[in-house]
Amino acid sequence: MIIHHPILGPRDAQEFVYLGDASLIERPDGMTAGVEVFHEYLYQRTNPAGEHRELWYHEQGDRSWLVVTRNTVTHEITRVELARDVARSKGRSK
Amino acid sequence: MSQSHRIEGGQIDRTKTLRFTFDGVPYQGHPGDTLASALLANGVRLMGRSFKYHRPRGPISSGSEEPNALVELRSGGRQEPNTRATVAELYDGLTANSQNRWPSLRFDAMGINDKLSTFFAAGFYYKTFMWPKSFWEKLYEPIIRRAAGLGSVTREEDPDAYDKGFLHCDLLVIGAGPTGLMAALTAGRAGKRLILADEDFRMGGRLNVETFAVGQALGADWAAGVVAELTSLPNVRLMTRTTVIGAFDHGIYGAVERVSDHLLAPAQGKPRQVLWRIYAGKAILAAGATERPVAFENNDRPGIMLAGALRAYATRWGVKVGERVAVFTNNDDGIRTAIDLQAKGVDVVAVIDSREGGALLPGIRHLQGAEVIDTSGKLGLKSVTIRQANGRSETIAVDALGVSGGWNPNVNIHSHHRSRPVYDDAIAAFVPGQDGPPGLSVAGAAAGAFSTHAALKTGRDAAIAALDLTGAAPDLPEAEDAPTRVTPLWFVHHGKGRAWIDQQNDVTVKDVKLAHQENFTSVEHLKRYTTLGMATDQGKTGNVIGLAVMAELTGRSIPDTGTTIYRPPYTPVALGTLAGRSRGKEFKPFRLTPSHHWAKEQGAIFVEVGNWLRTQWVPKTGETEWRQSVDREVLATRKSVGICDVTTLGKIDIQGTDAGAFLDRVYANTFSSLAVGKCRYGLMLREDGIVFDDGTTARMGENEYVMTTTTANAVTVFRHLEFCRQCLWPDMDVQLISTTEAWAQFSVAGPNARNLLEKVVDQDISDAAFPYMGAGNVTVCGGLRARLFRISFSGELAYEIAVPTRYGDALLREMLSKGAEYDPIVYGTEALGVMRIEKGHVAGGELNGQSTALNMGLGKMVSKKKDSIGMVLSQREGMVQENGYRLVGVKPVDPQGKLTAGSHFLEKGAAAVAANDGGWLTSKVYSPHLGCDIALGYLKGGDRKIGQRMRIVNLLGNLDTEVEIISPHMFDPEGERLRG
Amino acid sequence: MASLMALTALGAREPAVVEIGPLRITERTDLALASVAARRGRMADLAAAAQTAGVPLPEAARHQAGTSYSAFWTAPEMWFVEAPFGSHEMIADLLKTTLGDAASVTEQTDAWVAFDLAAADPAPLLERLCNVDFRAVPKGYATRTVVEHLGVYLVKLDQGTVRLYGPRSSAESLLHALEGAAASAW
Repeated sequence: MIIHHPILGPRDAQEFVYLGDASLIERPDGMTAGVEVFHEYLYQRTNPAGEHRELWYHEQGDRSWLVVTRNTVTHEITRVELARDVARSKGRSK
Repeated sequence: MSQSHRIEGGQIDRTKTLRFTFDGVPYQGHPGDTLASALLANGVRLMGRSFKYHRPRGPISSGSEEPNALVELRSGGRQEPNTRATVAELYDGLTANSQNRWPSLRFDAMGINDKLSTFFAAGFYYKTFMWPKSFWEKLYEPIIRRAAGLGSVTREEDPDAYDKGFLHCDLLVIGAGPTGLMAALTAGRAGKRLILADEDFRMGGRLNVETFAVGQALGADWAAGVVAELTSLPNVRLMTRTTVIGAFDHGIYGAVERVSDHLLAPAQGKPRQVLWRIYAGKAILAAGATERPVAFENNDRPGIMLAGALRAYATRWGVKVGERVAVFTNNDDGIRTAIDLQAKGVDVVAVIDSREGGALLPGIRHLQGAEVIDTSGKLGLKSVTIRQANGRSETIAVDALGVSGGWNPNVNIHSHHRSRPVYDDAIAAFVPGQDGPPGLSVAGAAAGAFSTHAALKTGRDAAIAALDLTGAAPDLPEAEDAPTRVTPLWFVHHGKGRAWIDQQNDVTVKDVKLAHQENFTSVEHLKRYTTLGMATDQGKTGNVIGLAVMAELTGRSIPDTGTTIYRPPYTPVALGTLAGRSRGKEFKPFRLTPSHHWAKEQGAIFVEVGNWLRTQWVPKTGETEWRQSVDREVLATRKSVGICDVTTLGKIDIQGTDAGAFLDRVYANTFSSLAVGKCRYGLMLREDGIVFDDGTTARMGENEYVMTTTTANAVTVFRHLEFCRQCLWPDMDVQLISTTEAWAQFSVAGPNARNLLEKVVDQDISDAAFPYMGAGNVTVCGGLRARLFRISFSGELAYEIAVPTRYGDALLREMLSKGAEYDPIVYGTEALGVMRIEKGHVAGGELNGQSTALNMGLGKMVSKKKDSIGMVLSQREGMVQENGYRLVGVKPVDPQGKLTAGSHFLEKGAAAVAANDGGWLTSKVYSPHLGCDIALGYLKGGDRKIGQRMRIVNLLGNLDTEVEIISPHMFDPEGERLRG
Repeated sequence: MASLMALTALGAREPAVVEIGPLRITERTDLALASVAARRGRMADLAAAAQTAGVPLPEAARHQAGTSYSAFWTAPEMWFVEAPFGSHEMIADLLKTTLGDAASVTEQTDAWVAFDLAAADPAPLLERLCNVDFRAVPKGYATRTVVEHLGVYLVKLDQGTVRLYGPRSSAESLLHALEGAAASAW
């Protein structure tokens, strides 16, 4: 597969490491959320046959974490964003 | 009888003679020959035995679709089984052997299978070898493999190299027949970066075997002219002997280039083959079409071939396959074969045309409405029996028969993304369907456009469309534009004998009937039940016939019956090609430590730790057994001082105003409170609460930390930290960089560690100036920058000292010579392991990806005063049970008692069954201090069992040892030595 | 300076020079290297300080040569800065002094082995090693890529010269891969 890196352009997926669902960005605050909430965060996945937002790490590249929107049926990739930007857009900061 | 069947013409170089052997018999051929064409030129038609029935077989094709003529090429380490003689390029000195026969090809004892054929019908294995189950591995499978094998694999190492590589282009054209050449010419002249790949060693495709003109020239000459022009263009890469094996995602294609297969041996340094990964903006599949046979009784004798192959051997290779030839066809292309052969002077005794009506061929006996119903000839065709339109049968003596049942477009690569081909009645064949690989278009015969004019035109148009070309395109040369006239005929309804559909797998019409009878009527079931279309040829010639027979039996149409689809690779790929350079010692790159060269001089024994080669122990003269060396290293270190290269531990430089806060989040314990110039042991959890990694992290400045990871997890910890930094807390001011390799780091341990280091460190490192858990920048040997950490894994007074890697070797030698009075030794990973287990420190065996901090006896390290990765889920009910696993030390009651890692804890008197399992030993060593085996292990409720006696049981090792459960801190539990 | 004698990444006193056909591989032990990363929100300060100090900070996927400092981009707001080893062995200290607290600076000199590859056209070599489209990328292109399982930085210094930074501990394996590919290419 080819991932169109927002900074570096098209790069072979072999350079990346796959992590999983992009919802992993939305980690609860451990000082307020309990086991149940963390359980949902860590284990519950929708696993769609179709469009999926997922985390890829450009390990053999610039070390950017990316959020890749990929169709799990066709492998078509429709969007690639820097995970840091996605995290900020979700209100994450420090 | 040299080249008895050679006739005039052909694209072979008759000025040079090549010698080769087949089954030990010497023959001659010419450059331009394949092994098959050269054997046929020598009158050899019998080239193999069939897979199941051991029927005598010859080639049926002249290309890569060949199911029969599979041979073993070369010998020794270069022996390669299941190679198609039809595409094996001849070279001087080639040796080939037939396979799947014993004792000889002409007399094969396993030919008995043919007589027993009723027992070997489809599903035979499934039905016969079901019970008893235990017989399968021991009895049935070995026998079947011996009897029904193909070629044999050499036991010698392949001496040749295989490369992998990467290519980039705007357009990849797959196939260099008229379609591909015209597409390439169009794109090449437009200046586009182009790769034109063809599996043949000569470009031109079918133009090389046809007799008609393209433009003003013979087709083959036109092709040669185009190739010459393309060769002159700098933007074009022509790749002959290169098979595109698959279409992968997003315009990536795999291709195998056979660089040296046409040579006796690869030239010095050159690979045998190269596996290319081609990044193509667009691609055009111009793979042409493959002729298919018609099934009739005994249609598998040597001498019976696809009609187009007979013509190809005559035209391209100057070979007449037989003296008296007949052609059996249901379409006009078969007629062309008869005409071409006759023009070459071959005696065409009859054209058996299943169609009725139309003009009769002049000068040839043209039987319309006729079919071949049987043949004879044990090791080669002797006669065919035909049934004429009027029902009369007649036997005609011939030694070669060309069969044409029509042509199948080579849609294979187009269906690699699961696009299903669709049936086109007009050509009675499957053509590419919808939803093929994005960016891939299909042109020419591969798309069902069979005339030469259509090939040229669709090739040009495909290039224009793929690349959005707007300039002037090349003119189309004049070429034949005959319509495709075919009347489907899949199998001849006659008699009860066997009519082969898939010659490679010995699948006959009867087998399809049996599958139907047993209700395996879907094409996918048909394939698996009969093995139709499996193995090296993937059913390139037989598949469509098989499903057409099934369609007829079920009364469905062919489109309703459907077809299976193709997967990569298009043709078989040697495993060596897929492995590339990654084999043996070069499987992965090595990582060498800074002390490697010193250790090698000392005759050290190395151990692979990931890609690292670490010193395992350093034997001294007279030491004959590894334990002697390891015991000595441990005792010498604990007595005076030992040095160990610990460069392999991961080092991550963490800087930024939020560095401390960041560490608090990623470690279970607190780091923001650590004083500058100090270090601390850190425990890192995964989000699920399991321990991920551990190590010491030092605060080198207000906003600067150096983290240490385990050797094994250096990469994954770094990845995890980047995840935390970018995805979880994107506004933290933290910068990360690995410095693992930048510093050569040595552990210096033992009562004399400080005394030794004082010889090289320029600063005061007394206990007061550099206390336990101190860390800082120092200089050594008169000003070289260095880092010093007072940390201990061994339980001794110990430091880790680091210098820039290039000085590591010199620092080690300096420490050994300057500190000679303390008799320093260098110890390896074994002694390191002994000392850490004596101290109860966890490492790989305990950090097993299943264990929590609580399991390790480190539960108190998980701070609940701050949020950190894994903190919340480490508190889950199931993970904080009182009777959960706890790390304990273990020693045998009898000092002679043996322990092994992986053994299980059992109460005394308990049966050795899973229900009584108390836990397991994670690490075991011999402790020279305690004088016995010792071990660490996870024991249920272990913290409350200290002092108790249990058993250690290992049923595999026949071990049952009474042990005492002790604290994991087995040596100097108060830690007096390391603070000394 | 210290009395300790340096070893090259290949374990020798002197840097290696290897010639295979038209290719010349030169091990570069005369380069000092440091990573420079902007502190959060301090890019403007870093850019100003770097300009004053003559430290180029090129855009993504680029290498830029300067008078004493050259640099290539490695990650967002992060660069590897090169300088002559003889005069800049203490490159990290020098850069820290110059760039102040706008940047995090880390010595990288000995984390890498540097090979300069020179040939009239290195493409036949590189296409056997990595997925970089060498002919298509411009002079001054810099990227991280993979060569025989090793993560390396590749800099296209000009049409016929490539600099590879590979992990120092695998210097022997990397050189072996280069030699094998060169023998295969030419």
